[in-house]
Amino acid sequence: MAETLPSVEQVWVWLGDVPDPEIPVVSVTELGIVRDVRWDDDTLVVAVTPTYSGCPATAVIDLAIEARLREQGITRLRIERRLSPPWTTDWITKGAREKLRAYGIAPPVDGTASDGRTAARAARMTGRTNLVIACPRCGSSHTERISQFGSTPCKASYRCTDCLEPFDYFKCH
Amino acid sequence: MPSLPDMTTPDVVALAERAAASQPHDPHLEDVDLRPAFFDWLCRMGDNTLILGHRISEWCGHGPVLEEDIALANTALDLIGHTQMWLGLAAEVEGEGRTADDLAFLRDAMRFRNLQLLELPNRDMAVTLMREFLFDAWHFEMLTALCGSQSPRVAEIAAKALKEVSYHLERSSDLIVRLGDGSEESHRRMQDALDRLWPYLGEMFVEDAVDKAVAEAGIAPRPADLRGAWEQTVNEVLEEATLASPDTRMDVHQGGKQGRHTEHLGYILAEMQFLQRAYPGASW
Repeated sequence: MAETLPSVEQVWVWLGDVPDPEIPVVSVTELGIVRDVRWDDDTLVVAVTPTYSGCPATAVIDLAIEARLREQGITRLRIERRLSPPWTTDWITKGAREKLRAYGIAPPVDGTASDGRTAARAARMTGRTNLVIACPRCGSSHTERISQFGSTPCKASYRCTDCLEPFDYFKCH
Repeated sequence: MPSLPDMTTPDVVALAERAAASQPHDPHLEDVDLRPAFFDWLCRMGDNTLILGHRISEWCGHGPVLEEDIALANTALDLIGHTQMWLGLAAEVEGEGRTADDLAFLRDAMRFRNLQLLELPNRDMAVTLMREFLFDAWHFEMLTALCGSQSPRVAEIAAKALKEVSYHLERSSDLIVRLGDGSEESHRRMQDALDRLWPYLGEMFVEDAVDKAVAEAGIAPRPADLRGAWEQTVNEVLEEATLASPDTRMDVHQGGKQGRHTEHLGYILAEMQFLQRAYPGASW
């Protein structure tokens, strides 16, 4: 083959520039949803895992990845969906957690992605939620959950009882 | 809470390489004798989530408060996501070149395999939430069992869906308690909803030849095996909600799994399938 194919490492660097469509301060690699980059003969294969299985952003993410790679001259490209192992919020990089906070979204509490039913029972027994979610604006730990669901499938709605601002929490998953 | 080590790009690459290496080969997909039962069973899983997802989505823009509206829409979205995975695998197993969309939009009511419980109208918020809770409790046990399926393709879908269904069960059980043990009217409505839905619940635990075939292939649990854990969850939540389980039979209405439906399914399909029927192959 006459043309030289870009290295897999180079492709990872390019993907590091592709923002998440809903939360543009973090990239798809920081979110931990790119699972594989490889050459299948002269076709570039990028495997992407969904955050939530019904997340409508998935199609937009595929399109953004394709656009970014075509911009770099990749002509033969295949985007695959990868389910296993399922994505958890523990895949989000630490740097991205700080970017989320600066953007006004409380990042998921590290390492707590787990069985929701256990959390639910604990929450009901104690009459409150089992995690302390700090306000991304003022840092106060006096916050309360408004709703388990928010503006996108991956977020819950909270409010701060000190600065009184509502905010999104990137829920553990 | 201890922090995770910072994951730099090379770590992500390594994780992704491990993920790529663990891609499962599933011999069940090549088992021709198993194919009709496997296909039918996958349609049951996908049709359950499709029809309940559609029902719940009917609240979008009509919820009593914004948070509930958003929560219901999000739940519906999760269920439609599960449908894409289950019906996508069903189409692959069938091997006739159909897609998940073909199965969702171009089958008639008699070909749908969802539980009758899930096609009943929403009526009020009490029926909507009670139905969701009773199904969530079953769905949670089913997916938990399927995570150990001998079919790696089934197990990976279950593992993905279970994370979302845990959230559904958490929310619906919470609301059953709040509304059951709430005002006089909310209590009455929740009890009425439970009484109304009760005769449809037995279908979740009834076994037929399809269930038997996939259980024997190690793909899925026997339906009756889910009953104990389901009853425990339901009884605990109902007790906390001050609601009483009816002492009547649960297995009165059934047949959805074999394609015998109530009159309500046709109306759902008329709305859901209209566009693909009127404009075949339409895309945007």
